[in-house]
Amino acid sequence: MSTLQDLSAALEARARPEGLDWLKETSAAVAADVSAIRGRFPMVGRKVGRETLYEHDDPADVHAWTVDDAARVLLLVAAGERAEAELAELYRFGDAAERRGVLRALPYLPIEDRGLQLIDDAIRTNDTRLIAAALGPYATEHLPDAAYDQAVLKCVFVGVPITGLDGIPSRVTPDGARMLGAFVHERVAAGRDVPGEVWIVIDRFPPEPEIAAIEGELQSEFEDRRAAAERALSYRGAHSA
Amino acid sequence: MRIFDPHAHMTSRTTDDYEAMYESGVRALVEPAFWLGQPRTSVGSFIDYFNSLLGWERFRAGQFGIRHHCTIGLNPKEANDDVLRREVLDILPRFLGKDGVVAVGEIGFDAMTAAEEDALLEQLKLAIEHELPALVHTPHRDKAAGTRKTIELVEKSGLAPHMMLIDHNNELTVHEVLESGCWAGFSIYPGTKMDEQRMVRVLQDVGPERIIVNSACDWGVSDPLKVRKTADAMREAGFDDDDIDRIVWRNPVEFFEQSGRLILDDIESPDLTATFEGSGVLRGERA
Repeated sequence: MSTLQDLSAALEARARPEGLDWLKETSAAVAADVSAIRGRFPMVGRKVGRETLYEHDDPADVHAWTVDDAARVLLLVAAGERAEAELAELYRFGDAAERRGVLRALPYLPIEDRGLQLIDDAIRTNDTRLIAAALGPYATEHLPDAAYDQAVLKCVFVGVPITGLDGIPSRVTPDGARMLGAFVHERVAAGRDVPGEVWIVIDRFPPEPEIAAIEGELQSEFEDRRAAAERALSYRGAHSA
Repeated sequence: MRIFDPHAHMTSRTTDDYEAMYESGVRALVEPAFWLGQPRTSVGSFIDYFNSLLGWERFRAGQFGIRHHCTIGLNPKEANDDVLRREVLDILPRFLGKDGVVAVGEIGFDAMTAAEEDALLEQLKLAIEHELPALVHTPHRDKAAGTRKTIELVEKSGLAPHMMLIDHNNELTVHEVLESGCWAGFSIYPGTKMDEQRMVRVLQDVGPERIIVNSACDWGVSDPLKVRKTADAMREAGFDDDDIDRIVWRNPVEFFEQSGRLILDDIESPDLTATFEGSGVLRGERA
């Protein structure tokens, strides 16, 4: 996880000088009176910028941090212990970028596990940027196993790359590996493709019945299922952890 | 052809519509907050609706290569509920500062009641406070009188006329709206409001300045491809590519860019990042 110093340094290198000045003034205002954050939080993108925080990152990558993500984290950190009382409302009235800023800030705030309901809400959405932001270091540390496993499965389902998740492969459980194995079988039986990275999770705790079922599809009477099984299994070595 | 549909209620439309709109040239649109066909009964429904315009619908449009903006406001029909009117007006400032919120709207008159007038004036004040343009809907019934009254209230409010888009015009209201200095919007509908052939006649009559064309597609009988169909009708009538581009892209961009909140800077196609009259309008930040 990036430190606050890393985020500040990256912002210094990437944001416009007038944006950095605005952030500095606004951080001071928020430190003096936390309610100042309510009107300022929505403005961060147009004041400080929306591009990726690191120049080499792909703007289409849902895991990539943006300049406004980092600036919102620093604003919330500037609020110190009083940030916690603002989180629920900032999230409720926030657009997707603001919500992502709140989610990315959680591991930097002194709130222990009291931000989990925001993580749960974001995982329930179908917005890939919110799901990706929810599954950062805060979720790695605080999300219960069953919820983490379900979230990983949902990522694969909605197209969030799991290789970039903070908790992969450390948070994988045997049950998570089983569910993804079953998911691969379901896709193969439908003649469809799966992302190769699923094997990072599955092969952490290889679930025998599910893998046997996928291999069994190699003998399917239907050509599309045989081909899908071959494709799915062909990714295996390259992506196993 | 690049198309900016400045009035489309996409919440009511399917993904097939998004695909067809992209195919027709639509790369950006504005979804004005309106009513949902059935009156809401609590302010929470409005909060969730506004959040979905800023969140889910923007995301959904993005999946189809279309940049989604919205306007936020209390519509005239629901302004007639006294409790709701006060509660919704109270929460509007929380939404009017957001990126991609490019106007206050759609506001205006429905049945020309005192409650509607009160909500309209309050929201014109909010537009001034938040440095936003306003999108005003003219009534479907008693349209000429409603349009005249709307212009009077804009003048009274202090909102500069160039910050005002008066929508749902027809042959009989357009002259008065243009004379007031406001922008004139036309909703091209199958059967009602305006059609593309009549729109061509209006353009031949008054020219392209401060004219905006939209599909206003929603949950009723409507067609999300009407802006493209109008462009095609313009071409058949002899308008050139530059005239068409002005109507279906540059005019709405020019109007909504006054908000400083249009987000068009990272749309991939290079032609969309061209500057407008030498100034980089396709930026999120006000210069």
